[in-house]
Amino acid sequence: MQTRAAQGDRKMRVLVLLLALAAPLPLAAEESVRLDAAPIDPRDVASLQAGARTFVNYCLNCHSAGMMRYHKLLEIGLTEQQIKDNLLFTADKVGELMNIAMTRKDAKDWLGTVPPDLSVIARARGADWLYTYLRSFYRDRESATGWNNMVYERVAMPHVLWMLSGQQVQVERKFKNMEQAEAIGRQQKNAWKIDVLTPEQAGKDGERFILKTIRTDTSGSLSQLEYDLVVRDLVNFMTWMSEPNQLERKQSGYVVLLALLVLLVLAYVLYKEFWKDVH
Amino acid sequence: MSGLLTWIDQRFPLVETWRSHLSEYYAPKNFNFWYYFGSLALFVLVLQFVTGIFLTMNYKPDAAQAFASVEYIMREVPWGWWIRYMHSTGASFFFICVYLHMFRGLLYGSYRRPRELLWIVGVLIFLCLMAEAFFGYLLPWGQMSYWGAQVIVNLFDAIPFVGPKLAIWIRGDYVVSDATLNRFFAFHVIAVPLVLLALVGAHLLALHEVGSNNPDGVEIKNAKDPKTGLPLDGIPFHPYYTVKDSFGVVVFLIIFSIVVFFAPEMGGYFLEANNFIAADPLKTPLHIAPVWYFTPYYSILRATTEQFVLWVLTPGVVGFAALIVWSVKNSNVRIAVGVAAVVLLAGFFTLDAKVWGVVLMGVSVMIFFFLPWLDRSPVKSIRYKGPLTKAAIALFVVAFFILGYLGTQAVTSGRTFAAQIGTAVYFLFFFLMPWWSRMDKCKPEPHRVTGK
Repeated sequence: MQTRAAQGDRKMRVLVLLLALAAPLPLAAEESVRLDAAPIDPRDVASLQAGARTFVNYCLNCHSAGMMRYHKLLEIGLTEQQIKDNLLFTADKVGELMNIAMTRKDAKDWLGTVPPDLSVIARARGADWLYTYLRSFYRDRESATGWNNMVYERVAMPHVLWMLSGQQVQVERKFKNMEQAEAIGRQQKNAWKIDVLTPEQAGKDGERFILKTIRTDTSGSLSQLEYDLVVRDLVNFMTWMSEPNQLERKQSGYVVLLALLVLLVLAYVLYKEFWKDVH
Repeated sequence: MSGLLTWIDQRFPLVETWRSHLSEYYAPKNFNFWYYFGSLALFVLVLQFVTGIFLTMNYKPDAAQAFASVEYIMREVPWGWWIRYMHSTGASFFFICVYLHMFRGLLYGSYRRPRELLWIVGVLIFLCLMAEAFFGYLLPWGQMSYWGAQVIVNLFDAIPFVGPKLAIWIRGDYVVSDATLNRFFAFHVIAVPLVLLALVGAHLLALHEVGSNNPDGVEIKNAKDPKTGLPLDGIPFHPYYTVKDSFGVVVFLIIFSIVVFFAPEMGGYFLEANNFIAADPLKTPLHIAPVWYFTPYYSILRATTEQFVLWVLTPGVVGFAALIVWSVKNSNVRIAVGVAAVVLLAGFFTLDAKVWGVVLMGVSVMIFFFLPWLDRSPVKSIRYKGPLTKAAIALFVVAFFILGYLGTQAVTSGRTFAAQIGTAVYFLFFFLMPWWSRMDKCKPEPHRVTGK
């Protein structure tokens, strides 16, 4: 509601911060986290199917995708029988929506916050954000779930995929200058960010730049490379699910443009024909 | 066939209407690129009506169902995504066309005598369009829909005495809610479109009464064929401009389709990422920005801080009043200006800066009404105006774009300062126009329109 100037803006931030402290409401991520580009491809049907499996197994228990029908999964090459046998845990018929059994009230009581519906989350957050976020959990004793996230500070969701990825911890390294910290940061396979201290905070040695990274402490059932692929497929699926018609949209776009180009020639010839006697 | 026409014509002026508005409406032959945007705006209006009708068939104006019903249209209604993207993209393109159409008027002095009423009806259409866009933006019921409406309705809160009551009356509730959604739906699909249609009709009638201006800003009625009495530099609108504008429509459709099919979100400018999160009255987004076409005015609103009122508005009003008193001989006018200035100054020191932000935002749009009387240049078209006008218009355009950009961004002290400079330039352009337009060194207008 900051209709005016920085003053209102600051008030709002304080208010949001207070809200975030009062309830386990997460605050938006710091800008300094560099997002990794998600290597997704909505035409890769195998990847979409793998992502659908991960989504149904790991996400669709707390999160709904209430605007998505199981039936739509036919479009990524699954048969009705395959959907019924492998993916239909929370519904009886393939014509149903991907809803969950947990009510909003239960969610509020049990988890403190209602897990958002994921139907269009990829359009709200972006694929890169999701891809980085799902690979940025780390162990944090101070949080209620025991987990925190590099991209989403004080996130309410625990790391659901931890059996696959293993458990990560945050590592802090101090540097005297930004360039050095960034150089090390760029070598990381996971998200990294740099906190900058004031000279007073840094003390005598003057190491003001704290590079925060995560490293695997206990390994899971997958290697980091394999885990990245699982997340890639999951994000690919979620991106597809956020707009299942996206391929059809682009394909029909080419047809429409082609037709319009033909019409353009006709319209131009007609225009020039009529106007040739205007001087 | 002619028998049927005669039968109709004895009962309804069909042929007469066709002739006076199309086949025998004489338009200047030298229209250039800028003259496409009037017919294109009309085309987008029709497009919005048609796509809107189909959207209404599946949309549910209910706070519990609205967001999901839009996704239902996007996913399950056959070609629903196409209709919806055309409507959402059409909203932005409507403003693009109307802004370019208005800019054309500014370039060629299309608002000057005898086209003042035509211009005023046009500004009314612009206001209606803003209302239409504002009401429509709430309907998808996303976070930006919700909080954008909340911010704008709260502006009415700033009005002294009646503000808070008025804001509740507009919302129908203490916060934006289901009641608000329902009434905004009613405004968006019936009330405002009706007014819009009537105004567009009046705009065309007024245009055909006074005749179109042209890039030279000279009246084609001044040079008529002595035998036929037809303007020498005019050509019948139909078929000449109907075929030319049809060509324009196809070019428009190509650009429009590229957006609709390949970039419907337009990088977050046409469809904002946050609006893919359903409205949540308990979670205020950190950064609330209106859609791009409102951002210049939103910037002006945010730029009006207490410091701005004290250091810019106060000396501005004093200086402007002095300028009028110095240039006007009529003592009644002088007294009126003096009184108005004192009232404004008293207001600056008693009312909250927020009130003046709202006032300035209102003035920034309403000022367009006065353009016909602010422009004192001896010529209409920029082709014959001097360097002063060209510099002023260039500065205004730069300020408009900078304000527009800043309105999409979160506030920082540097950006607020930039927006304050932009705001000052924006208003100086209009308020000083009677002086700079008269001082400018203009070239003589030709007697007849020049070539292309």
